[in-house]
Amino acid sequence: MVKRFLYSQKVAPYVFVLPFVLVFLIFWIYPLASSVGMSFQKVTLGQEAQWVGFDNYAKLMGDKTFFKAVANSAVYMVLTLVILIPFPMLFAVLINSRIMWGREFFKSSFFFPALTSVVVAGTIFRLMFGEMEGSLINSILGWFGIDPIKFLKGQVTGYIALVALATWRWTGVNMLYFLSGLKNIPDDYYEAASIDGASSWQKFTRITMPLLKPTTIYVVTISIYAGLAMFIESMMLWNGNNSPKNIGLTIVGYLYRQGIEKNNLGYAAAVGIVLLAITMIINLTQLAFSGMFKKED
Amino acid sequence: MKKTWLVMLLMLMMTTMLWGCGGGKPSASGGKTSVLDGGAGQSATELSYWTFVELHGQHFEKMLEKWNEANPDRQIKLNVTVMPYDDMHNKLSIAVQTGVGAPDIADIELGKFPDFLKGTPQLEPLNDVIDPYRDTVVKSRIDLYSKDGKNYGVPTHVGASVAFYNTEILNEAGVDYTKIVTWEDFKQAGIKVHEKTGKYMGTADTSALWQVSQLLAQQGTDLTDDQGNPVVNSEAMVKALKLLKDLQDNNVIATIAGGQPDTEEAYGEFNSGNYATAFMPLWQMSRYTNYMTDLSGKIAIAPIPVMEKGMPRSVGGGGTGTVVTKTAKDVQLAKDFLAFAKLSLDANKEIWNTLGFDPVNMDVWNMKDVTHNPENKFVKYFVNNPFDVLNEIKDEIKLIKSTSASPTINNVLCTVTLNEIFEDGKDIKQALDDAQSQIEQELK
Repeated sequence: MVKRFLYSQKVAPYVFVLPFVLVFLIFWIYPLASSVGMSFQKVTLGQEAQWVGFDNYAKLMGDKTFFKAVANSAVYMVLTLVILIPFPMLFAVLINSRIMWGREFFKSSFFFPALTSVVVAGTIFRLMFGEMEGSLINSILGWFGIDPIKFLKGQVTGYIALVALATWRWTGVNMLYFLSGLKNIPDDYYEAASIDGASSWQKFTRITMPLLKPTTIYVVTISIYAGLAMFIESMMLWNGNNSPKNIGLTIVGYLYRQGIEKNNLGYAAAVGIVLLAITMIINLTQLAFSGMFKKED
Repeated sequence: MKKTWLVMLLMLMMTTMLWGCGGGKPSASGGKTSVLDGGAGQSATELSYWTFVELHGQHFEKMLEKWNEANPDRQIKLNVTVMPYDDMHNKLSIAVQTGVGAPDIADIELGKFPDFLKGTPQLEPLNDVIDPYRDTVVKSRIDLYSKDGKNYGVPTHVGASVAFYNTEILNEAGVDYTKIVTWEDFKQAGIKVHEKTGKYMGTADTSALWQVSQLLAQQGTDLTDDQGNPVVNSEAMVKALKLLKDLQDNNVIATIAGGQPDTEEAYGEFNSGNYATAFMPLWQMSRYTNYMTDLSGKIAIAPIPVMEKGMPRSVGGGGTGTVVTKTAKDVQLAKDFLAFAKLSLDANKEIWNTLGFDPVNMDVWNMKDVTHNPENKFVKYFVNNPFDVLNEIKDEIKLIKSTSASPTINNVLCTVTLNEIFEDGKDIKQALDDAQSQIEQELK
């Protein structure tokens, strides 16, 4: 019996995927389900939870700070998409091109920031963008006769710092994705195009871009998650979760403030569910438009 | 169709994964831990203690030695963990409420304390160990950490607010700080200082409520009404902020990096002499001796200016309540030690000697041998003796109540409102009305 079971070709695959399925169920599905449940409750750690129906969601709809957080996350996501898709793609194409010298050097120096801890990088950026005359950015501006700017106290200037941090950190990673995509495009296409007299620009738009599409979709998808779920960067840049006028507050930051700092876990769960919904809607729309769900014949 | 589901599932996984990561702890730092044995023997009980102020550990170290000497049969080893402010309170909150992983003894800052009193507090009532000392210490400081007649925290200091003047800058401008009595005097002095030296007389705080509390206390009001409900758009509040805004408009005070005097950035600004005055609770002294060493011998302490002569000149600011958790290994031992280490006469003397705080046992304030000890580093650092000022304002130290609404009030005012007023120049009444409605919304 045991032997038959062990040697069964039908059972074996399930045995092999079982660990994954278990991890998935225990660590992802169960917490997700209990979060959904919690979002309908008033939960204070260590005390009995009460069912409150849609109260948390109703409160959320009238919560200005929450909308501020959503707007912040959305703007951050859009800005990172605008910067972190075209530029890494361009750099990847440049590095991949045959006339490029010092390829490995550029590859590693672009990638290097991704290896540093966000905590360290965020702290250094905070000091760089400090409001004192002596901070790095302000002393550079000083050479051009510009007065010191209180970077981290203004919405626009704060975002300059935040997006600078994101760009510095993620350009290399996205570039590597694009580089690996480029490696999969056969040289033959380019040769054929050259014979037909195509210019470099035409080759880029007609061959490189379409064939990079799967990579681009992947990068866009993860950038949307990453943009909406950003938290630590803002936390480190403002040295805590409470930035002036909440200019750096993100959705996850708000979730953290409500759930951990204020011990209001039910409300925080509702924030989390809304974040999940927003992310799913944006990404599914994006994937539908890019044709990911088309049936493959 | 199958494929769609697969993609959906994958998407769900990735989203939940990122989502899960995002909600996690921002830093995995476990803090700095050190074991103090204080001459304890083999049989000593090991107790753990969490704090967010490294100096507090030094105080406990001294008191631990005395305890172990006096109680050979109940000796203690203390395991001290120092963590950053937010980190420690967040971890403690989770540990205390889940009943897993909490220390035996912990420091909780006043601003966070109401959060720990929500519902049924998971802390041990300390009434029985406080009782023997009750008559010797300031009652209001114990009341801060109490709920329904039960005292859950042992106070550290009174935190009387005073003015810290940089006499070097003032002398340069020809200003005598002892002549400053009202805010009008302060304003005239400040205008003079800015004209003569280009420096600012003081700070316009955007990330703390020290100044606001001081100005409210002078007018005999509070941030909350008698029922503990927030009233941040009261007339007194408008008056207080108008006063500060007027000082800012006249270049008497200016916003400071870090947002208030008790931040790393601000220590640097003060140390380089860019601001002449800080209005802070007395414990700011320890920041001067530790972080602003260039100012040694230049800082004088004086009562805070008032709107009109005769108004109370001080308010208790900040505070740390030390608690014993319900899950403590040996509750009685922890409680007895805590009372000994923070409430006994010896403890109160040490709180001044080591920490430079104004002890809650006010008898100590009159013990000249303790307060005027020429060897004391705080006595050495400052131009005048802090206790001369403290004894002068002794009966004028008011209190800003701490209620369950306080953490929210602090959060809204210190992140949004004060920034709007001092950085963006938003209309004061409007900013305060907005704050009031935001606070009410959050407390719903």
